[in-house]
Amino acid sequence: MATNPQEWREETVRVAGTDLTLLQGGTGKPLLVLNEELGHPGWLRWHSELARSRTLLIPHHPGFGKSPRVEWVSNIRDLAGFYARVLRERQLRPVDVIGFSLGGWIAAEMAACDAAQFRRMVLVAPTGIRPPAGDIMDLFIVTARAYLDASVHDIPNTPEFAKLYGGEQTPEQFEAWEDARAETARVAWQPYMFNPSLGPLLEGVVGLPTLLIWGKQDKVVPVSVAEVYKKSIAGSELVVFDGCGHRPEVEKQAEFSERVRRFLA
Amino acid sequence: MHIMSFSERAYIHVPEDEIINNGSSYFGVPNTFFDPQKGSKLLNEYLDERVYAEELGFDGVMLNEHHQTPFCMGSVMDVEAAILARITKKVKIVLLGNPLPVADPLRLAEELSMIDMISGGRLVPGWVRGAGSEQIANNINPAFNRERFNEAHDFIIQAWTKPGPWRYEGKHYHYRFVNPWVLPLQKPHPQIWIPGLISPETVVWCAKHRYPYVALGTNLEPTLEMVNLYADVAAQEGYQAGPENFGYLQNVVVAETEEKAQELGRGFVYGGGFGAFARPEWMFPPGYNSKEATKRLAKAFTDPRTGTEIIRYTQGAVDIEEVKRSIDKNYISAQENGLIIAGTPKTVLKRIRYMLETLRPGIFGTWYHHGPMSFEDRKTCLRLLGQEVLPAMREMAKELDLPGPYEQKPGIRPLPASGQRNPVVGLAAMAA
Repeated sequence: MATNPQEWREETVRVAGTDLTLLQGGTGKPLLVLNEELGHPGWLRWHSELARSRTLLIPHHPGFGKSPRVEWVSNIRDLAGFYARVLRERQLRPVDVIGFSLGGWIAAEMAACDAAQFRRMVLVAPTGIRPPAGDIMDLFIVTARAYLDASVHDIPNTPEFAKLYGGEQTPEQFEAWEDARAETARVAWQPYMFNPSLGPLLEGVVGLPTLLIWGKQDKVVPVSVAEVYKKSIAGSELVVFDGCGHRPEVEKQAEFSERVRRFLA
Repeated sequence: MHIMSFSERAYIHVPEDEIINNGSSYFGVPNTFFDPQKGSKLLNEYLDERVYAEELGFDGVMLNEHHQTPFCMGSVMDVEAAILARITKKVKIVLLGNPLPVADPLRLAEELSMIDMISGGRLVPGWVRGAGSEQIANNINPAFNRERFNEAHDFIIQAWTKPGPWRYEGKHYHYRFVNPWVLPLQKPHPQIWIPGLISPETVVWCAKHRYPYVALGTNLEPTLEMVNLYADVAAQEGYQAGPENFGYLQNVVVAETEEKAQELGRGFVYGGGFGAFARPEWMFPPGYNSKEATKRLAKAFTDPRTGTEIIRYTQGAVDIEEVKRSIDKNYISAQENGLIIAGTPKTVLKRIRYMLETLRPGIFGTWYHHGPMSFEDRKTCLRLLGQEVLPAMREMAKELDLPGPYEQKPGIRPLPASGQRNPVVGLAAMAA
């Protein structure tokens, strides 16, 4: 799955009352990476780019196959509380964070509760807010493959698309997706991928530099959600890539990595 | 033997092409294809057929429940059951089954109690997890399907047997006040039968609860394995399983001539039949399957021999004529392996006898209709089953010693003194 296995290592740590498996790679100040609803997509080029100046900490969410399920986690706010406890116990506060899709929602919930646990926050097409126009694409009534296909706007011109999740649908990958989908269902079945209280709770969050990144042609989380986030988080900056779907980190890799690097510097 | 009559109460007027066009899936066919006039007529005919089955001497009329699909219009089966409770006199009303995870268990306990009361104690409740698509149709989190099933089951038994009022704080259900006034007439509660598609987890659960397990038209060989698994668990639990613990639902269509029966029998594979119940992504929503079942599925989905077939159906770009040819082929093979029996009473009895000899069930359901089949043909089929097949089956059951659960209470046969259980499947099956 890795382009260069030397770049990262996997380890399991005892934290927040459970075993949490996480990938670590790179050098420099830690950057917490919160994965999306299909789990860790593999070590990609943007990981390598950022790992030059940051130590990436990429946990496998509880229940997503590699880390065991945590029974008391039953919604995204619980998961946000779980990661708050992880930061506390690992003495990582305040940390920089980047969250993708569902992972962005987790980060936003954490910020709404206690913005001081982060130094800077990057949200990449996060779920969590009900779109003012359109719906968030429903992962639960399509196959993981169909969901993945919908996440990139221009597949033929996105070479790295073929590398996502190892490229091929092996039985192991199928199982990993089913684990991810099952756990996502446990925490985000309904309302689907949003929390009505998140918007109001984010309002008034100050002093947390936030970068929002979206693809204009996002078919998973409509770009209309971006405006709500931008309005809710004071001083946040929004970057929208044209000709781009739900995965700017893959579809606009170079520009994406550069923007994030500059923002975190 | 308990012999019961069953059909899905299908909405039979959707063109076959539309089911195929929908990714070979009944679930998800747009409801613009539903004509209320035709639907109303069918629902009433189906009730009449159950009254007729009683007149013909069937022991039970079996109902089931599916949601948002032309495959089965009985989306709230308890409504049909309540009507039958009043307009029939002696048949058992066998509900196989209420999908527990999508129900409100307290309300279900009350509904079933009312049906038992009104019918004078003729209710046989049965419970299922519900197909994957039922979780979507009812918006119930599939990741908690098994947990909800178990909790709802335990709750209903308590609601029927534990004097109220009491408070209930569970994981998925919470009730401030449990004191249902109308309770089942049958004491301590009606017999519970569990239908299924031979998932090992459910078979083991049934054996532990001493509930009869009814396999729904499954392949004979794995069904025999499940019967043996049940009997093994029963032995561990300290009892000998017998015919009263097992049931089988058989597709069987009967007509005056072989030709007519062949024509009608194709209805069982109409649009793809049960294989086209719902697309894979709806059959297996997230978390619905156990880890073991997901592993089996992972192999099937990624195996180039089966995976491409699944994906082809899923993606929708299909050659309708090609799919129909494959349906016709399936119809032939389903008859060859006995999943569908179509013929005159004389010819179908041969296969039924073989099933009784090998599986040794104490419950036998005859699923007599699916697909486009006129009311007249359905009644003729029922009449031939009732007048010619049923009496012969009763003789066979006597000869083969196949008591049903109302002749021999399930779960109380002692194990032999050796502690080793006796065989439960027939000699023919064991020789094979």
